[in-house]
Amino acid sequence: MAFDYDKWIRPGKLPHIWCPGCGHGIVMKGLIRAIDTLKLEKENTAIVSGIGCASRLPGYMDCCTLHTAHGRAAAFATGVKMAKPEMNVILVGGDGDGTAIGGNHFIHACRRNIDMTYIIMNNYIYGMTGGQFSPATPTGHKASTTPYGNPDPNFDIAKLAIGAGATFVARGTAFHANQIDKLIAEAIQHKGFSVVEILDDCPTTYGRRNKYKSVIEMMNRLKEVAVPVKAAEKMTAEQLQGKVLTGVLYKEEKPHYTEEYAKVIERAQAAK
Amino acid sequence: MEKKLPKIEIIEKYCKGCHICVEFCPTKVLEMQGFVAGVKNLEACIKCMQCELRCPDFAIKVITD
Ligand SMILES: Cc1ncc(C[n+]2csc(CCOP(=O)(O)OP(=O)(O)O)c2C)c(N)n1
Ligand code: SF4
Ligand code: SF4
Ligand code: SF4
Ligand SMILES: [Mg+2]
Repeated sequence: MAFDYDKWIRPGKLPHIWCPGCGHGIVMKGLIRAIDTLKLEKENTAIVSGIGCASRLPGYMDCCTLHTAHGRAAAFATGVKMAKPEMNVILVGGDGDGTAIGGNHFIHACRRNIDMTYIIMNNYIYGMTGGQFSPATPTGHKASTTPYGNPDPNFDIAKLAIGAGATFVARGTAFHANQIDKLIAEAIQHKGFSVVEILDDCPTTYGRRNKYKSVIEMMNRLKEVAVPVKAAEKMTAEQLQGKVLTGVLYKEEKPHYTEEYAKVIERAQAAK
Repeated sequence: MEKKLPKIEIIEKYCKGCHICVEFCPTKVLEMQGFVAGVKNLEACIKCMQCELRCPDFAIKVITD
């Protein structure tokens, strides 16, 4: 049966502003399917973002939403979670928002293991502002600020999250739409800070500078590079050259922040 | 027994003409009709839902029962 997205979309907000073929819409649909499957309640679900094309997502959602300052989604979301630990707090944003200006907030949210879910739409570029390179722009690739090729090594966002202490880390792609909701649902159910990186496409500012003739070519690239973690186990290092692992990459059970903080409050009150 | 066909609804005012649904339909049910996507061969639809899942613009619904 056709899925009813409308019940999670703020009335009158469609069509959205994203360009033709921009994967952010595909990610938003995956998020809606995930929260709908988990039967989350609108009044108990907060979607928080910073600034960027990806960060426009909360504006379309019919639940509690917060569109904040560039790179600061994690700070605002932490505030929401501390004030209302029972709330489902979901952060969304782009690679620029999350790993450049917001990189510090990102790693410390991971380190604290706050029970929230962060969906990071990695289109390898600052889409909104016209295609400047981001910390996720692959080495050698072109951006408006690196017209001769990016000299910087790029972050592997999922690895960065694992290294910083996130206790659930998954990766999907905008092409593999069917998997997005499953990864997000598992991330939301995980107790602790969960990160879902979605390899995305920005045909407008990244694709055309990097010799992609169409959105379809960008989608085909995502299809080709993605290797599910299970399949990768049976592949040689040579076969894995240039591939990107998808699926649940890391999972660990650990005390999470609001739970630990509640204990601090208890200890402090007992000491009075 | 006759095969029950789905109803494919394309919301034209949402469609941005990205070609994604057309290109990745495994049985070539869809085509671009000018700027927007349209149904060319409904008979071939295997109700895999790929078009509905991938449309970035909430513009296509595959209604089965
Ligand atoms: C403090 C501040 N600095 C810079 C900007 C300009 N700015 C807006 S969006 C953006 C980058 C967005 O990139 P990303 O998060 O990857 O999102 P995308 O547009 O690619 O989805 C920048 C630098 C801003 N809005 N605020
Ligand atoms: S500029 Fe890029 S990221 Fe922004 S809406 Fe267009 S395609 Fe998407
Ligand atoms: S449901 Fe599958 S077969 Fe039918 S039109 Fe969509 S993509 Fe094609
Ligand atoms: S995927 Fe959606 S927006 Fe793109 S052509 Fe098909 S119906 Fe239109
Ligand atoms: Mg980006």
